[in-house]
Amino acid sequence: MTELAIVGAAETRRIGIVDDMSELELISEAARDALADAGLTLADVDGLATSYERPNLVANYLGLKPSWLDGTDIGGCSTMVHLRHAAAAIAAGQCKTVLIAHGESGRSGIGREAVDMQFTDLHRQFELPYGTVGPTTALTLPLTRYMAQYGMKAETLAMVPVVQREWAAKTPRAMLRDPITVDDVLASKMIAWPVHLFECCVVTDGGGALVVTAAERAADLSETPVWLWGSGEAYGEALISQMPDMAFADVFAQSGAMAFKEAGVGPDDIDHLMLYDAFAHIPIFALEALGFAKRGEGGDLIASRATAPGGRLPVNTTGGGLSYTHTGRYGMYAVQESVRQLRGTAAAQCDNIDVSLAHGLGGMFAAAGTSILSKHRKR
Amino acid sequence: MSTNATRPVPRPTPETAHYWKGIAERKILLQHCTPCDKTCFPPRSFCPHCGSDAVEVVEASGKATLYSFVISRARVPEFERPYCVGIAELEEGPRLMTQIVDSPADPEQLLVDMALEPVFFDAADGVTLLHFRPKR
Repeated sequence: MTELAIVGAAETRRIGIVDDMSELELISEAARDALADAGLTLADVDGLATSYERPNLVANYLGLKPSWLDGTDIGGCSTMVHLRHAAAAIAAGQCKTVLIAHGESGRSGIGREAVDMQFTDLHRQFELPYGTVGPTTALTLPLTRYMAQYGMKAETLAMVPVVQREWAAKTPRAMLRDPITVDDVLASKMIAWPVHLFECCVVTDGGGALVVTAAERAADLSETPVWLWGSGEAYGEALISQMPDMAFADVFAQSGAMAFKEAGVGPDDIDHLMLYDAFAHIPIFALEALGFAKRGEGGDLIASRATAPGGRLPVNTTGGGLSYTHTGRYGMYAVQESVRQLRGTAAAQCDNIDVSLAHGLGGMFAAAGTSILSKHRKR
Repeated sequence: MSTNATRPVPRPTPETAHYWKGIAERKILLQHCTPCDKTCFPPRSFCPHCGSDAVEVVEASGKATLYSFVISRARVPEFERPYCVGIAELEEGPRLMTQIVDSPADPEQLLVDMALEPVFFDAADGVTLLHFRPKR
């Protein structure tokens, strides 16, 4: 079913602190640059997917007259889910050229509130009164259980930002680029024990967009189309307090298995990974749930430098949410880096990247989306 | 946020009112599904496990363990910093977000799976919250 190609991709020209652009302008700049990258114009677009802002409002702002919209907003993995939904819509003939556009004034709050948790009623009733003020006190809860169950040391967790900062050092657009050590991480401010400041993502403004279309049009539009081999989406408990097993991200496993099955590949076939990292433990959970490490051993894999520059399995090669950028819904930036690595245009370009996997988290381990992408058309 | 802000308190809905009324009366009321024998939380008019609407209200024993926790430094009105956000696992199965009180918010003093007991905390506006503390 998945004969979808990404033929245009762009991030906003600036990311990080962009306090002179509204959210709608961040979305629009990324959208127009992604279309230019594909050699297309807004007039060629007949489908739009976006999150947070209502999709019809964004379409109208851009001057689009789409015949298909997807406003699925399940948090950080929305982009991965938009890719999957666009593949289905294009395969069904509902549209031909879909713009997946994202922008967030997550730090500066221009044209919206800054980081906005969009708390649900059940969260307000049953979690918020106990001091769960946001991701730092909610998304972190599984980590304590995980560390107790597997005995992972603080020093192992601290290696995640250390290694990712090495990738960020190679990436001029990354927000944080100075080298850090395990001692630096452990000496950084305690935000919510066991999580230190350097184990939390940066909070930024930015945007990104993708132009996707059907296989038969891809070669005409791009010299380096990137093919969606498989995708997955999964939904679990919407309240973090109800997560079935806090030492294992079941929604990650479900979404990943769906994507691997659709792509017809397994973990051994993946050359490059972008794993959502609002906090340092999320990539560890992802490595285990997606089958790249045994349960309890994801941190050891990262500490072994396998995912570092020069390692056998490059992960989060921009520096990720911890160092590169994180506007709130980070998934778009993960997919953008997968596309760059497959096109050979990444700042920290790795050799021999044929297949890349981008994996996103939504809410507080409430949702997941996975995209398996390649520079080759699926055989 | 204004300086005289007060702590967040729940605003019950018709489906959850019995739970919060129970807490105010020092009772932990859960929903038990007769057909599938599972206990459900948060409260609703049907069982999310099997879809049945044959759910009955049962009182929990209050016996619980600490499933997981973090020690938060966040600024929240009426919270002393740092404070412990925990998840209490009731012996009947359901897990509840809670604040761990009557103990230093210190990872040396708190252990995953330690026994807990309920502490009913009367917050503002006649709302009672369900905190837990290490079992004495």
